[in-house]
Amino acid sequence: MNTNILIAGFGGQGILFAGKILVYAGLMAGKEVSWLPSYGPEMRGGTCNCSVVIADDPIGSPLVTNPDVLMALNTPSLEKFIDFVPAGGLVIVDSTMIDASAIEAAKAAHTDLKIFAIPATELADGNDLAGGANIILLGKLIGETGLISDEHFKAAVEKVVPASKQKLRDNDMRAMKMGASYA
Amino acid sequence: MKGNEALAEAAIRAGCKCFFGYPITPQTEVAAYLAKKLPKTGGQFVQAESEVAAINMVYGASAAGVRCMTSSSSPGISLKTEGISYLCGADLPCVIINVQRGGPGLGGIQPSQADYFQATRALGHGDSRVIVYAPNSVQEMVNVVNNAFNLADEYRMPAMILADGLLGQMMEPVEFPETETAEVKKPWATNGHGGSREHNIVNSLYLKPDVLEKSILERDKRYKDIEAKHTTAESFLCDDAELVIVAYGATARVCKSAVNASRAKGIKAGLFRPVTLWPYPKKELVAASSNAKTLLTVEMSTGQMIEDVKLAIECKKPVEFYGRTGGIIPTPAEVLAQIEKITKTLDMEGV
Repeated sequence: MNTNILIAGFGGQGILFAGKILVYAGLMAGKEVSWLPSYGPEMRGGTCNCSVVIADDPIGSPLVTNPDVLMALNTPSLEKFIDFVPAGGLVIVDSTMIDASAIEAAKAAHTDLKIFAIPATELADGNDLAGGANIILLGKLIGETGLISDEHFKAAVEKVVPASKQKLRDNDMRAMKMGASYA
Repeated sequence: MKGNEALAEAAIRAGCKCFFGYPITPQTEVAAYLAKKLPKTGGQFVQAESEVAAINMVYGASAAGVRCMTSSSSPGISLKTEGISYLCGADLPCVIINVQRGGPGLGGIQPSQADYFQATRALGHGDSRVIVYAPNSVQEMVNVVNNAFNLADEYRMPAMILADGLLGQMMEPVEFPETETAEVKKPWATNGHGGSREHNIVNSLYLKPDVLEKSILERDKRYKDIEAKHTTAESFLCDDAELVIVAYGATARVCKSAVNASRAKGIKAGLFRPVTLWPYPKKELVAASSNAKTLLTVEMSTGQMIEDVKLAIECKKPVEFYGRTGGIIPTPAEVLAQIEKITKTLDMEGV
């Protein structure tokens, strides 16, 4: 099994952070993993993305061009990358941030994809998890793919978020579960 | 761990005591990591006022017998080349990291492999050579750093790690093996000795042609020795391959994915990956491509390593080229399309 994941949105939405959690969780699970950020001027408030590969065998190209899973946190990212998701692929989008018309267009044009629209930013803001939309979406990704166990997710959060920020660790766990159970 | 950080940590573990650098994307994390960690291990980190200053500080530290390193990205390496030639001329060991970005000029900041000619031919004027390693993963970056320091000390010459923005910026799991840091005696070093011997002189100026020629020929013997003993390469599915792809660094990973995809389609493709670019693994390439009808070189440039491929096989077989440049990374699908195009032509010709 080789899962290519692309996470995309604006700089500041926690794109690279979500990728980091995912890649550390894969590492904890004993998988081959790679994480590649887009780096450069686009990180100053523009679009930002990161490629994550979680695989059973050594990874060839760490650059994800045809993602099995696309997680989009803004409209330009959805429109830019959805055409590259192969049939049967999974698309998870933040419907608070993405125009409803763009989501409808994506669903109409790609009937061979599983597209989930979750109002992640709204859910985060309404549940004292401001800034946690990325993790809510990640939760949905984990719920749909079964790629990562709760235990490995927790270990990854503890690796990336320092112990001095226990509140944030708790929030990440809560956000992940909220996303995973979102119908 | 990020590739750049892995390079830095590996340098510390290899006994690097001095780092001199000047910031540039996409290698900044090398310097950032060392600024934090190197002083804690009894080393010195200096952010110089320019690349030129940094390489000359390397010259000074190396002359004093200290393991030292500098790091930059393409335009910064161009600035360092004068100093690198002096290091070669004075027979001084050091490690130089180039996390390549697009060029020429200031170019861009995305990954590139367009400094191949510079790294293998033109890091300095004169009859100078630099050992060049081209790792293709974060783990291999770690492994080659120690080799680079050891070989540099053994042969008294600079060694370069030629990475690129993709390898520098990506994160992969990495293990730091117990390294054997070779304790090389440096009787030539200009360090304190309390008047116990004649003083040493480190210099690259020889005004008498016969003396200069002698020094160059002596150095050339060491170069020949390295060429004979220290080439490294990896072959992947080359034994029965009709088409052998030659690629290094990050591009080799893309090509490996393309080779796997072409094998799934029944196309006999293989991958040859040089790990040392100088010395170039010529005999390894000849062996790996012995059953090939055609070779395909893939690079993030407009075609530079292809010249070494042709030289290695003495132009006995056709060598095709595919490249993207300016910061664009070729995709496995693009490389696969090239493989299919070439093998289709081979079939039509019935070769």
